[in-house]
Amino acid sequence: MSTAKTASGAEKALRTGPSSWMVAPALAFFLIFAIVPLILAAVLSFTKWDGINPPAWTGLGNWTRTLSDPVTFQSLWLSFKVIIVSWLVQTPLSLLVGVFTAGRQRYRAVLAALYFLPLILSSAAIGIAFKSLLDPNFGLSKAFGIPALAQDWLGNPELVFYVVVFVIAWQFVPFHSLLYQAGTRQIPASFYEAAELDGASRVQQFVHITLPQLRYTIVTSSTLMVVGSLTYFDVVYILTQGGPGYATRLLPLDMYLTGFASSDMGDASVLAMLLVVIGLLLAVGLTKLTGFSRMTSQQEGA
Amino acid sequence: MKLLHGLGSPTRKRNLASPAAAGRRTLAAVGVAALSVGMAACGSTGMGGSSGGSNSSGGTAITTWALSGASNDMFQKSFDEWNKAHPDEKINASYFATNAYKDKIRTAIGSDQAPTLIYNWGGGVLKGYVDAGKVMDLSDIVKQNPALKDKFTPSVADGGVIDGKTYAIPLAPVTPVHFYYNKDVLAKAGVNPPQTWDDLLAAIPKIKAAGAAPISIGGGSKWPYLMWEEYLVDRLGGPDVFKNILANKPNAWSDPAVIKANTMIQQLVDAGAFVDGFSSVQADSSADLALLVSGKAGILMQGAWDYPSVSKIDPKFISSGKLGYGAFPAVPGGKGDPKDVAGNPTSYWSISSKATPAQVKTAVDYLVNGLWDQSYVDGMISSGEVPPLKGLDDRVQKAGDYPAAIYKMTNEAPSFQMSWDLALAPAPSAAFWTQLDLLFNKAETPQQFSDNMNKTIGQ
Repeated sequence: MSTAKTASGAEKALRTGPSSWMVAPALAFFLIFAIVPLILAAVLSFTKWDGINPPAWTGLGNWTRTLSDPVTFQSLWLSFKVIIVSWLVQTPLSLLVGVFTAGRQRYRAVLAALYFLPLILSSAAIGIAFKSLLDPNFGLSKAFGIPALAQDWLGNPELVFYVVVFVIAWQFVPFHSLLYQAGTRQIPASFYEAAELDGASRVQQFVHITLPQLRYTIVTSSTLMVVGSLTYFDVVYILTQGGPGYATRLLPLDMYLTGFASSDMGDASVLAMLLVVIGLLLAVGLTKLTGFSRMTSQQEGA
Repeated sequence: MKLLHGLGSPTRKRNLASPAAAGRRTLAAVGVAALSVGMAACGSTGMGGSSGGSNSSGGTAITTWALSGASNDMFQKSFDEWNKAHPDEKINASYFATNAYKDKIRTAIGSDQAPTLIYNWGGGVLKGYVDAGKVMDLSDIVKQNPALKDKFTPSVADGGVIDGKTYAIPLAPVTPVHFYYNKDVLAKAGVNPPQTWDDLLAAIPKIKAAGAAPISIGGGSKWPYLMWEEYLVDRLGGPDVFKNILANKPNAWSDPAVIKANTMIQQLVDAGAFVDGFSSVQADSSADLALLVSGKAGILMQGAWDYPSVSKIDPKFISSGKLGYGAFPAVPGGKGDPKDVAGNPTSYWSISSKATPAQVKTAVDYLVNGLWDQSYVDGMISSGEVPPLKGLDDRVQKAGDYPAAIYKMTNEAPSFQMSWDLALAPAPSAAFWTQLDLLFNKAETPQQFSDNMNKTIGQ
């Protein structure tokens, strides 16, 4: 028994390297700041709590009310719309900008620095700046006297959704471009040299070398985008507060407004649990779907 | 830019006043953070002498949180003078931006960690504190110190009274809502400041013909909508309509006055009375006021808290006599008194029910002897603001036409309706904002508005 134990212990040490205790601090942080609040939110979702009085048990009341509220579904639908439209807008843009800035030419480096500028701005600053730019009387609408610009960007319930998607893209395209830039620079130059010898055009090189080689970058970036879109909050909150009406009340905004404007922490916790479940499903689904978990090098397969 | 005006004076904006309105202010940085919770919760001498001789012993140092921004100086001056005269009863204040304060104070009160003096806006949020037993009943203290009641304009002091008991004492200027005019625009259009609703309707096409928007409104900030609602309902049905709503009477939102008011609002929208793109004009950055001052609009309904911002946008606007102001028009056939006003009576101090007797003594001493002292009142009047006190006619007259007009408006008003979103509990208040947003954007009918609001009764 004891020999078996030492043997397996030694074997394990050989196999895994550093002691698994090394993971303890990270795990502790994760428990305290992710798992415990999650459990607390789950408990709160069964109570009525206004933040001042002690929470009172209400059973499934919050769940049935929230899940039968049309506003919840409107928010959920909007969030899905943001996920899809944001992905469609951001992915091609980031891919092109990323590949473009991966080139080593001086002018590209200068442009890259400009493109990545939004990365260093805070969401609040971006929100406030765009809110002023889009002011219907003192902003872009009236500044140039161009009829096409004279829109009520943040007040028109149809238009405002796309404005929000645009501002989010403006904020996040630089980050994803950076991923693509790094991914592209990892592709060995010999691939392109070989392709050039074979007479492949620029476009052919992009389609047959760059894109397949960036496959896992696309997966990473898309996962971040999709899960990130689900939790977009700050910029939208500053731009529109979820309005006009319910036009931009995304699920995270709905949660915040329910919790902190209506002081209804119970219902807000239900929405929070919804967000957690949907976020997890999306993340797990995406990794499974794309074979990300089985990630291996693609280089030999090119 | 306009934005900066809003950031520069967040406390003068009405936005500081709304509990539900987590959203309405810009994200000004948290003013001062260093939380000196270092209060010695020592000496428990009992609150026997809480009626207050100023230098009597038995008090201790206390803490309070107040709002950063324009009023920061007013508070700090008051506390500094107090602390100098009362080294044993020091008040240590920390200052927070409105948004940060609202989140913080709610958490602190909920976990019994609140400062001794609690800054609040009366209304539905204060009632929440009272129902949870988190703030002290000050009725006995007021009885021993009648001045705590008698010196205030009654309609303003009422904001701190719940179910006949006093829980809060006024601390800030009184800020009713009224019409602002750009006299140049009105003159160009050939109209006089509207005295009745019909005057207003008649003025709309004329102002439009003169090339300006008739009415400016900051719909993007949402709360400006409710000023129209509360005035129209009061003019049509009197103060009882909203009293019924507050009393949780079933279907109180279906009162004919509410339906009629909302129909009239949508008539204004249909007539193009409101400025183009009004649903995204930001009141939190004073864009609505800038429209008026720059001559792009003729009329603006806003609170007295906007008056100091006028000079920030155009320093000569007031001195050159372009600014007009007046009461909300009378509505013929309505039950309400045309002298009624609505707006924010003021903000208030309450005392935490978790304070020790010694802390309570300091707080009460300050409220009785320190708060509304001569220099506090003088400072307020000299900046063109109107203290919620009786018997200031002469002094306010001297301070200028505007403070005099506001003082008269407030003191002659049979009813001073507290802004509905302040008076309502948080959940109905948040719903009210959204429903008004839908109503003004014609995304729902007055009937749907009433139906949806009826569902929030009792929440």
